[in-house]
Amino acid sequence: MRQARCVLSTYSADVFGVCSALYELGGMLVMHDASGCNSTYSTHDEPRWFGGDSMVFISGLTEIDAIMGNDSRVVNDMLQAIEQLHPAFAALAGTPIPMLTGCDLTSVAAEVERVSGTPCFGFNTNGMRSYLCGASEAFAALAERMTDERAVKRRGTVNVLGATPLDFSVNGSVESAAEILGGDGWEVIGTWAMGSTLGQLRRAGEAEVNLVISGAGMKTAQVLRRRFGTPWVVGMPVGTAFTGQVLRALRDTARDGQDRMAFADYEAPTAGGFFIIGESVISRSLAAAFRLECGVTPRVICPLERLPELEGVLSPGDVSASEEDEIQRLCADAGIVAADPLYRPVLPQRCQFISLPHEAFSGRLARKDIPDLTKMDLKKIYGGIL
Amino acid sequence: MRGDVMLRRVGEEAIYDIPHVSIGEAAFPAPFRPGLEYSAPARGVWTIVHVGMLVPEAHEIFVCAAGCLRGVVLSAAEMNLTGRFSTVAIEEHNVLDGDMEELIIEGVTDILNRLPKRPPAVLVYSSCIHHFMGCDLAMCYRTLHERFPDVDFTDCYMIPTMRKSGLTPDQIMRRQLYSLLKPTDRDGKACSVIGNCFSLDESSDMVRLIRRAGFRLQQITECKSYAEYQKMAESSFCISTQSTARAAGDALEKRLGQKHLYLPLSYDAQEIRRCMSALALQMGVSYDGGAREEAEAERMLGEALRVIGDTPIAVDYTFTPRPLGLADLLIRHGFRVQTVFADSFSAEEREAYAHLKSEAPELEIYPTVHAAMRKYPRGGKKLLALGQKAAYFTDTDRFVNMVEGGGHYGFDGIKNLAGSMIEAFREKKDTARLIQIKGLGCESCL
Repeated sequence: MRQARCVLSTYSADVFGVCSALYELGGMLVMHDASGCNSTYSTHDEPRWFGGDSMVFISGLTEIDAIMGNDSRVVNDMLQAIEQLHPAFAALAGTPIPMLTGCDLTSVAAEVERVSGTPCFGFNTNGMRSYLCGASEAFAALAERMTDERAVKRRGTVNVLGATPLDFSVNGSVESAAEILGGDGWEVIGTWAMGSTLGQLRRAGEAEVNLVISGAGMKTAQVLRRRFGTPWVVGMPVGTAFTGQVLRALRDTARDGQDRMAFADYEAPTAGGFFIIGESVISRSLAAAFRLECGVTPRVICPLERLPELEGVLSPGDVSASEEDEIQRLCADAGIVAADPLYRPVLPQRCQFISLPHEAFSGRLARKDIPDLTKMDLKKIYGGIL
Repeated sequence: MRGDVMLRRVGEEAIYDIPHVSIGEAAFPAPFRPGLEYSAPARGVWTIVHVGMLVPEAHEIFVCAAGCLRGVVLSAAEMNLTGRFSTVAIEEHNVLDGDMEELIIEGVTDILNRLPKRPPAVLVYSSCIHHFMGCDLAMCYRTLHERFPDVDFTDCYMIPTMRKSGLTPDQIMRRQLYSLLKPTDRDGKACSVIGNCFSLDESSDMVRLIRRAGFRLQQITECKSYAEYQKMAESSFCISTQSTARAAGDALEKRLGQKHLYLPLSYDAQEIRRCMSALALQMGVSYDGGAREEAEAERMLGEALRVIGDTPIAVDYTFTPRPLGLADLLIRHGFRVQTVFADSFSAEEREAYAHLKSEAPELEIYPTVHAAMRKYPRGGKKLLALGQKAAYFTDTDRFVNMVEGGGHYGFDGIKNLAGSMIEAFREKKDTARLIQIKGLGCESCL
């Protein structure tokens, strides 16, 4: 049955995606929730929580406030906290009960902004969609409102879009990607949003090209395309050969201004026994890397939403499937599956398994085993299972 | 300053005045104004997932939105118990379609039909959304019972939105933990201690008295099978030692006729004696007043004071349900308790509060969830922490790693606590690693 899972985990939710995306930027992020969301997020989905500074809170919604529609409480509490903590901006993200009671989060945010003078975003998250939706909306909202429209484009510059620990953990993948770009002569204006300041992100319009490294950055690429005319390339540098492909695509796009998907030439077969289960941009990049380095093209099973802006990322041979029984059925005859280890129990015993821990799925469980994608030796991995 | 916070700027550096209040000025039971809440990374307190897993062989099924499922499914995974845990995700269309009952019934049915082995009992957790939508949960459980007569179902709740409306989710969870017990003949020489996440120490005043009286003691933490768990229904009386378990005891008294004794964990000698006397009376034996045990506790407290000296001590509310009572005990014995981390006080702490207010009015009370606590200046001085949150905020590597009072009880509990303080003072701990593990004492694959 759809929605019923015997053993599978669940992906991090939209509300956590908002927080993960904006975490490092000096904003105050509020989950409009009773209790539990903040602890779930900070325990399982936020590797920066213990040591890193931030201002992520919950509103402490109560039954009586929800029933009576008492939005003034969250407004007043946010105003008080803004006065105390002086964040660069504020954001309010919804959960199931505010959705159910029809809380107008955008209006609440507007009221907070009107009184405090601090930019405030309202995100209509509801805890029922994946982190991808929340992170995507958060980045895009930032691109709409917080980027400097007077920015002057400079050659040889790039933004990296779609970086959150939910997709890349904090193991150096994002830094490695930036180093690779630097090594190829690119100046990284800002990485949205790990390791960059809000000030750097404000300068996004300077970039000659945007590089989208996960689905969470795609909508932002479209916003920046519209606002600044910046073309984009989609693809996460994975392994040596595909990284070269990404760098070529960046150069080509800088030259002709055409948007590109770096993995576009490597379509998945419509049948085959090698699957990658995961986020679409990263998985398609991995699949292309396997093709280039090992001569095999895996099919991607994307368990996350097919957002409109991600049209064209998956190739016709790839599949969208999020339900436990669907994935079991699709992988029933699989020979090789690369996925988060929490998928292992629903896969056939006989199939070869490549463990690719994904923070957005297994949280901190296998954090120490999450690979730096840029440094993956796919030949060795593939050779090891044959 | 009362529950307030101020901010000054010196150049680019923000200096935060963190909310705190002295016990002399603190309001009871809520010393701080509510507002946005922070979550400190101290995770040792058990969640409803951990508590539910105490029913041996039972299977947990949570029916909630993905965001709510996220924490519980990973809690179970970290406990290596995914085989006893399943989920049904509520999606937006369910809210619009109003098919919550069908989702529960068909979702649970599908899961039970797919499990490799039928569990003897299933804990089905509903969430806030069911209650806001007026879901007919009784019909759901009734239907499930009809479909699976070989399975015992009970209703459990993940309803944080209702946490201030009657019983808290934690109290309800501890009550439901025993709701699966079936009426049976009672054994006049059997009793249960209920609602605790930890077995009471064998050496504790309570367990020794029960053993001496020849009673069979049953605790859910000791049960290895569902059949063994069911034997708890045979108890002639049950004891709760935590306020969060009182509702469980009252429910057992009402439903199974087990006399309920609430004998709270306490650090007050008179209250300990009063509780032990009540227990002795219930069992028809005498209680000697615990003079020997009390002397032992005093001796160990003296030893701890000799070792710890005037090192500042911080206590938090996760360490024991009675942080003020504990602070009062320690201060009376010469320890330099400097800080209590607590967002509110239990009604049972009124006496300790009053005593501290007059005898140690300078004792600092700090909140743990106040938004400004994110900016608490951690570390800087040598300190002994009692509890994970105190250890986190003070950034000390000298702390007693315990939640809910552990299995300590009575004068023996005080003696053991003093021993733990000596050990913690002498031996460093890896605080960051230890306090981030969920459900202290549970299996963890981290």
